Amino acid sequence: MSVFIIRRLLQSVVVIWVMSLLVFGGVYLIGDPIDMLINPEADQEDIDAAIRALGLDKPIHEQYWFFLINALKGDLGNSFIFNEPALQLILARMPATMELAFASLFIAIFLGVPLGMWAGLHPESIAGRSIMTGSILGFSLPSFWVGIMFIMLFAVILGVLPAGGRAETTEFLGMQVSFLSWDGLSHILLPAVNLALFKLSLVIRLSRAGTQEVIHQDYIKFARAKGVSEKRVILVHVLKNIMIPVVTILGLEFGSVIAFAVVTETIFAWPGMGKLIIESIDQLDRPVIVAYLMIIVFMFIVINLVVDIMYSVLDPRVRLQDVKA
Amino acid sequence: MTATTSETRVEPAGKPVEQSPLRRFVSDYCESKVAVAGAIGVLIIVFIALFAPLISPTNPYDLATVDIMDSRLKPGGEMMSGVIAVVGTDGMGRDMLSSMFYGLRISLTVGAMSGFVALMIGVCVGLTAAYFGGRVDMVIMRIVDLQLSFPAILIALVLLATLGKGVDKIIIALIVVQWAYFARTVRGTALVERRKEYIEAAACLALSHRRIVFRHLLPNCLPPLIVVGTVQIANAISLEATLSFLGIGLPVTEPSLGLLISNGFEYMLSGKYWISVYPGIVLLFTIVSINLVGDRLRDVLNPRLER
Repeated sequence: MSVFIIRRLLQSVVVIWVMSLLVFGGVYLIGDPIDMLINPEADQEDIDAAIRALGLDKPIHEQYWFFLINALKGDLGNSFIFNEPALQLILARMPATMELAFASLFIAIFLGVPLGMWAGLHPESIAGRSIMTGSILGFSLPSFWVGIMFIMLFAVILGVLPAGGRAETTEFLGMQVSFLSWDGLSHILLPAVNLALFKLSLVIRLSRAGTQEVIHQDYIKFARAKGVSEKRVILVHVLKNIMIPVVTILGLEFGSVIAFAVVTETIFAWPGMGKLIIESIDQLDRPVIVAYLMIIVFMFIVINLVVDIMYSVLDPRVRLQDVKA
Repeated sequence: MTATTSETRVEPAGKPVEQSPLRRFVSDYCESKVAVAGAIGVLIIVFIALFAPLISPTNPYDLATVDIMDSRLKPGGEMMSGVIAVVGTDGMGRDMLSSMFYGLRISLTVGAMSGFVALMIGVCVGLTAAYFGGRVDMVIMRIVDLQLSFPAILIALVLLATLGKGVDKIIIALIVVQWAYFARTVRGTALVERRKEYIEAAACLALSHRRIVFRHLLPNCLPPLIVVGTVQIANAISLEATLSFLGIGLPVTEPSLGLLISNGFEYMLSGKYWISVYPGIVLLFTIVSINLVGDRLRDVLNPRLER
């Protein structure tokens, strides 16, 4: 077990190192680092000073070393636009993104599991069929298009929900959150549903397939024979057994929720990391771009690592395979 | 990243060639009415994309004919030049119908080109991995698994943030995003095919590796590739639209459907819905049609479902 974890940790370190090479290559070699890292409005003297300060007059391997050491110290440069450390800027926006991501995971589970179970228990009914058609749409429609339609329907035509932005935040368990007030909920509803659509379709499919499989198992027949009420059979015996794949997949997909938040945040003007990175790309605020990429890659690697370790704890076959490989 | 994502989807092999495989394929395909509708949809899209300059009422790129006085006309409004703008005009005074035809052209070109190149790369890499096996296979599949553990939009974002905007750049980004899917698909099929007797026979004839791989192995791996290729084109169009909507895909001078939607988005809150909505409908029509065709191909080309 510990051998497996050590191997996976080492692999992750290698991946982060490769990513740092790629980001370094992208920013320092393909583009002109002087353009990218120094404010274009600076005059020649400032530029020369900055070149020396950044070590851009040194050979390339020394520059990479410099970049790596600074990155390890958490210094990824200052934003041109906000004139603050890029890392801090992104970390300040992270809670908003996390709130959105967790809200959409919440929707995906608490809407997707009941809908999927219903479709699994009544596969021939009209409701069951409509749920499955809806999940196909959720997979194939581009999410930004759905977001626009949401705004048009609920904000422009019906006028019942705000078109974008985030409400005033309040302190809750040491975090700044916005979902505690009615205003906050009305602001988060559309973006969270929009971000959740893809995962919702996934959860519906998983729980439908799971329900159809589990319902024919002997222990369900036994529970019914024992005289357990139908409600209890479904809510306890079936539900428990279909939750394992659902939770695993959602854990794996959490990273992609954060990546897709870029789209949702841009449409709904949600002040998170995703909106920041798009604005930074627009304004050529390179240090923020580099910092965002490093942070998101790091997050992904951590998520993948945690999921892999959890997997190997839950399912010993995974570990055996890895040792053999 | 290792064991959790490394399950290989083993696609079943294509069916053996019969008297008239094409006719049989067509009649199989046409059994589903929805799929026929999808195919007709694809034909319409391709027709519009190919002949956009001929069938558009105006040329949206010709600055001489674009008049700012025409901007934000409602659908059905008459432009200064006397042309009726069937679905309205955008903020610059361009006829939306013509912009959509040209935009469809760009979207399809980007989707099809990136899909084709990614397929080529994926096929070569996947076949190499399956045919030679061992260490080569392990290294290649590690890279594929690693890439597939990151969502496509994130990889495209990383690339476009460093490369910048442009048609060529977005095609590169889409190729990088897609090749791994093809590599995994073709490897899965080729692993099954490789153990079959005709490959053994070809090896006994002392044919070159290249000949065995491309003349014997590849044709038998085609059916699942066609399915994945169709679906990937739809995905590529969708991803390109998303990236262009975010403003990091195509430059403003070459508006694809996604960019048209993005341009119209700012007018939507003031009730000028048509600038965004109609390109959105065209995009949706495109993606759904291609997906319907892909779905049906999956059923028709799958020998396990053969009656």
